[in-house]
Amino acid sequence: MIGLPFVYIATGLLFGLYALLSVRDRRPGNAGFWGLMALSFLLGDRIGDIGNGVLALGLVAIAGTGLMRPARAMEDGVAPRGDALFVPVLIVPAAALGGTLLARARPGWLDPQQATLVALVAGVVVALGIACLWLRPRPQTPFREGLRLMDSIGWAAVLPQMLVSLGAIFALSGVGTVVGTLLGAVIPEGSLIGAAIVYGVGMALFTIVMGNAFAAFPVMMAAVGLPLLIHGHHGNAAAISAIGMLSGFCGTLLTPMAANFNIVPAALLELRNRNGVVRAQMATALPLLAVNIALMVWLAF
Amino acid sequence: MLVLAGIAVIAFGFLLRFNPLLVVAASAAVTGLAAGLDPLAILAAFGKAFNNTRYITVIWVILPLIGLLERYGLQARARALIERFGQATAGRLLMVYLLFRQLSAAVGLTTIAGPAVTVRPLLAPMTEALAERQTGGLDEAERERIRALAAATDNVGLFFGEDIFLAIGSILLMKGLLEQYGIRLEPFQLSLWAIPSAIAAFLIHGARLWWLDRRLARKRAA
Repeated sequence: MIGLPFVYIATGLLFGLYALLSVRDRRPGNAGFWGLMALSFLLGDRIGDIGNGVLALGLVAIAGTGLMRPARAMEDGVAPRGDALFVPVLIVPAAALGGTLLARARPGWLDPQQATLVALVAGVVVALGIACLWLRPRPQTPFREGLRLMDSIGWAAVLPQMLVSLGAIFALSGVGTVVGTLLGAVIPEGSLIGAAIVYGVGMALFTIVMGNAFAAFPVMMAAVGLPLLIHGHHGNAAAISAIGMLSGFCGTLLTPMAANFNIVPAALLELRNRNGVVRAQMATALPLLAVNIALMVWLAF
Repeated sequence: MLVLAGIAVIAFGFLLRFNPLLVVAASAAVTGLAAGLDPLAILAAFGKAFNNTRYITVIWVILPLIGLLERYGLQARARALIERFGQATAGRLLMVYLLFRQLSAAVGLTTIAGPAVTVRPLLAPMTEALAERQTGGLDEAERERIRALAAATDNVGLFFGEDIFLAIGSILLMKGLLEQYGIRLEPFQLSLWAIPSAIAAFLIHGARLWWLDRRLARKRAA
């Protein structure tokens, strides 16, 4: 069955190529960083938990000491091509979609849990093959260009993975329970509106801290949603859950901790302000949070 | 209470603009130590979670493809394509994209778009080209704001569309958690209640995009 191993080997080999190209460019910081990423993807399951921890610390050390150099400029352009350039770009989402559907229609050979990811990577390989046959670049050109974009993202590329790992430490240390107890204590006795506001704003705030509404939901549900809104005021459990989660998503729009949505695009779009995307989302997220809380009070009770 | 020190580390670390990877590692160490965990146990838990979440980072395999096509003028093609539509404006384009992203996410197609797949190669250059046409020329700050807004629109569309889909992670999380408390819910009920918020998100963000067009028009007049 094709699953994550295929995906991880492909990704690991690509990072390995980046490391080699960086060595050739005499950029030791970048070579070390992408080399560790290659190691993680190729051998992560063999080096044990502590080994992976040390590997993560190595990434932190390289990024934290400023050893990574910024991306090199694009080499001289070549004759531009026509609208057919869109075809390879569109192959990738089409493959992701097709693979997901195929895995459902003909089970057995494609791991259904990972079907989209596998199909996405396969789509990239196919699209890259077609693009190379058509454009006839030098063999290393796609990887040179890939490395240019990868270097422009830099350490931000692994920030999402690091933040999820931090979330695991938070969970292990019981941070959620403490925050939930604190928030639960500020609600005025018997007030439905007060409880709804603390629940909604608490979801958003906790998500801002953790970078992920999934971490906030169990805590706020246990501290406020279940005892006060569902049992105390007899609200509709489905509406309270769904709208509570979406209040958390408003928090996701507001936090650099949600790195893959907010920091990575800023790097990818070469914005000078790292928080540019968060800033652009503020005027949507704050009114939407207020509307969500109002919707909850209106629809669930 | 002491375990909250890690949150303070995060907040101050980000405010003082230390490298975020350093801040995360420091926060993990502080939190774990405050909770009385053994340093090696912290390292192992961090490493285990890091290894188990590698799938998040896989998306970057698309970069060689995007980079190669950009070298052959993909962004310029995207700009030229959208400029053929005489009626198109930056605000309208983003509104159409917002609707497309919400609807496609609502049927589970969350990975067919995103910052690397659609925003950088297509949406951002298109929006920029239209905003330029509307104003006659953008300064660097305005250009940045437009690009950021394109990324923001992608996020809003994804977040307030995906929960309408039955089999998305957050729906399964809610169902699973409530079951532990003895409340049985069907995924369908949860996704139904995501619809009012999705409509509100479209109205609020759409109003901002409409406002963007007005602002750009005023800029031209000025």
